[in-house]
Amino acid sequence: MTTETLHTRNLERARESLLVPAGIGVSELDQVMDRMLGHQIDYADLYFQYSRQESWSLEEGQVKSGSRHIEQGVGVRAIAGEKTGFAYSDEIVLPALLDAASAARAIARGGREQTAALTAHNGNALSLYEPADPLLSLEDAAKVALLERVEQEARRLDPRVKQVMASLGGSQETIFVMRSDGVMAADVRPLVRLNVTVIVEQGGRRETGSSGGGGRTDYGYFLTEDRALFYAREAVRQALVNLEAAPAPAGTMQVVLGPGWPGILLHEAIGHGLEGDFNRKGTSAFAGLLGEKVAADACTVVDDGTLAGRRGSLNVDDEGTPTQNTVLIERGVLRGYILDRMNARLMGMAPTGNGRRESYAHLPMPRMTNTYMLAGEMPPEEILASVKKGLYAVNFGGGQVDITSGKFVFSASEAYLIENGRIGRPVRGATIIGNGPDVLKRVAMVGNDLALDTGVGTCGKDGQSVPVGVGQPTLRIDGLTVGGTEE
Amino acid sequence: MGAIIAKDQETSSLEDLAAQALELARHQGASAAEVNAGFGRGLSVSVRKGEVETVEHHRDKSLAVTVYFGDRSGSASTSDFRSQALSEAVTAACVIARHTAADPYNGLADPAHLARVIPDLDLYHPWELPMEEAIERARRCEEAAFATDPRIRNSEGASVTTHEGTDVYATSHGFLGTLRASRHGFSCAVLGEDGQGGMQRDYDYASARDARDLPDVEEIGRRAALRTARRLGARQIKTCQVPVLYEAQAARSLVSHLVSAISGPSLYRRSSFLVDSVDTALFPAWAHFYEEPHRKKAMGSAPFDSEGVETRTRDLIEDGVLRRYCLDSYSARKLGLVTTGNAGGVHNLMVAPGAEDLAGLLRQMGTGLFVTELIGFGINSVTGDYSRGAAGFWVEGGELAYPVEEITIASNLRDMYKGLVAVGRDVDYRHNVCTGSWLIERMTVAGA
Repeated sequence: MTTETLHTRNLERARESLLVPAGIGVSELDQVMDRMLGHQIDYADLYFQYSRQESWSLEEGQVKSGSRHIEQGVGVRAIAGEKTGFAYSDEIVLPALLDAASAARAIARGGREQTAALTAHNGNALSLYEPADPLLSLEDAAKVALLERVEQEARRLDPRVKQVMASLGGSQETIFVMRSDGVMAADVRPLVRLNVTVIVEQGGRRETGSSGGGGRTDYGYFLTEDRALFYAREAVRQALVNLEAAPAPAGTMQVVLGPGWPGILLHEAIGHGLEGDFNRKGTSAFAGLLGEKVAADACTVVDDGTLAGRRGSLNVDDEGTPTQNTVLIERGVLRGYILDRMNARLMGMAPTGNGRRESYAHLPMPRMTNTYMLAGEMPPEEILASVKKGLYAVNFGGGQVDITSGKFVFSASEAYLIENGRIGRPVRGATIIGNGPDVLKRVAMVGNDLALDTGVGTCGKDGQSVPVGVGQPTLRIDGLTVGGTEE
Repeated sequence: MGAIIAKDQETSSLEDLAAQALELARHQGASAAEVNAGFGRGLSVSVRKGEVETVEHHRDKSLAVTVYFGDRSGSASTSDFRSQALSEAVTAACVIARHTAADPYNGLADPAHLARVIPDLDLYHPWELPMEEAIERARRCEEAAFATDPRIRNSEGASVTTHEGTDVYATSHGFLGTLRASRHGFSCAVLGEDGQGGMQRDYDYASARDARDLPDVEEIGRRAALRTARRLGARQIKTCQVPVLYEAQAARSLVSHLVSAISGPSLYRRSSFLVDSVDTALFPAWAHFYEEPHRKKAMGSAPFDSEGVETRTRDLIEDGVLRRYCLDSYSARKLGLVTTGNAGGVHNLMVAPGAEDLAGLLRQMGTGLFVTELIGFGINSVTGDYSRGAAGFWVEGGELAYPVEEITIASNLRDMYKGLVAVGRDVDYRHNVCTGSWLIERMTVAGA
């Protein structure tokens, strides 16, 4: 399917499901826009959303609970300079829309009259995934059976597996955006995810392991290439490794990060600090560093919303801007920011397709999509071989950053000591802490093994959650602080 | 039911809606059902560098239903209250119940434990705050911050929020409980520059059921500025093992880890480092933690839990010993125990304060680390291993010596609880869990 026809079809679907039932057509949308633009407003948009989601969860060998959630509504936003007025309604009807428009425009008063909205026209969008409906892609009984198979596989692998918790979730979200510059855009976004957590026990000691994956597709994804069973095996493997793990060391040392999910380091330490809002306001540790050297020469980092089917990808962002592949750091030099429309305008830059919101009831913000470092040239074995004594971290639980001071922290869920260039004993409880603007300068080697994560990332900012992707090749970083309990 | 508040239209329409959903479930053959229906509205404004940044009008509603067909269950929710959407949600829940496994522990709370009298806990104080006035207050809050210290040069803004809502919980076995509550607050986050290119940010906030109980908005601004300014010039310290004093708002997280470890699901999955811990001494003998769900106007107050079970004042830790778990009906049945009225969490979990204020605890510690902020998620709930990023102050001679950052503090929660030396009387009442500062005997600090 060509891009143009997919977007045309998505616009049609969105109108059918969101606007037509409410009797809202182009003239009604114009009426709502006019109510806002009759005042001193630079920009306004309407965001209609309808989403259906479900989740099924298994524990103790049985799927005992499931839930379905339906949500719809419209968010109305008006911007004047740096001011934003926002109101929303979970009823998509014209009077509610007009009320919301009046509330949103109240931030601006008096002043000059703006011209009315430009003639409505369709914007552009990419074609990265089909408008699949995950909820209908598998019979309910088959969803239950899939989770049961995952459970059985985990238990089959090792008698030390004492608990298996697995969950399957899917959603389909239809959005329609109308902007004051007349652009209309729509997207139909499927998303699926499967997670497995196991608890193993040996001699009274219990440890846990987790795995999972997903993307913008339907449940068929988990049935192909044995993916669901792979997650079960991976969770068990990780838990068994942790059974043997000794307490992590504490102190500053060389750290080798494995490929894929450890890219959460880039997300936390670099990505958040490059979001436009923090830089426009000068509250990021990266503010004012555009064009400056912020990383080792071997580091090129991008935010790419255009990868087909990935969890962090979008055909069009929540402000109707098509996503793109944005170079953030090019061979060590800071080249770009992650931008929504408002911050781009205020910073005199072009939007990068990163305006995202959790739902119609939340304001859009600059958010990451899929953030990763490009591959370098070193084989990963050589990177490990170069370390006399250090830490090899291959899986992480989660991380957090203080945008202003730049300090970040993340917790390894699977890590090993490196001794004389070899992978040694597993360690537990290792936390890595560092300074965002500084950490990539300490990158000593970049592997040739770029991998993206399996599709499990959710990013939180100001209380809003959005799905994201991360990735990186194997990296050696010198002089990172590892927080364990052993001196 | 002894509710004192006169019913307004909103409450009765939510109650009607809940009754309709229960009836739809019964009609579809469900043997039991429960419904939560809620409605909320609010205003939030933020001002940054003296200018309005955002004005958000909130208006939310939702209805969630769980149906039971014998021992099978299914759930669904919707934000659309029209009768067709309501009917679709109930049907979706029933469809799911056809596919879930029978679980003999499933079901509504035992009628014997349901709240019979629903006391008025004085939680509902709507605040008709005009937008202009909210903006003015936020502006004064931020101005006070800027005026406090010349090194405060930037801001993430000050905000004023008001919220009120009504929630109805109804079951097919006759429980109908309505809770109206409000929540208002101020917050302010500002940035300081240390003159060497380093920046720090910190914040302060206030939260109350009744706007009349909020402090002066300027006070929040001043405190945010002081908190930020004192962090300027922070540095790493060397890896060491020292006593650690958690400031009250940071100490709260240690209580939350305890609650999570003694909550039903963690226990029956045996995924907690505190399985089989009832009647064991987790803390020193002086430690006393108790729930006080009926405190007037408190942030965690609730006359009944999320299953309609009566809440009451109960000890959790007495003489340092864990006296009970935190259970809902399902997990209680699975463990062969009785619900503790903790469906939905704890309600005003109070850590009995000690004799010393914060200054006293700093003197008691002498030399060590005073932690004011934690970041990251380094808690392994299965083993109790603890390792989190921290910021705070190095303390010498009982006084703050200099600010510290880019460090982690690590130990095991079991050892930390055992090694609790003192709890301060500087109780932070802004949340569901209320505690003063905690002095912990020894932790590993990882730094340079």
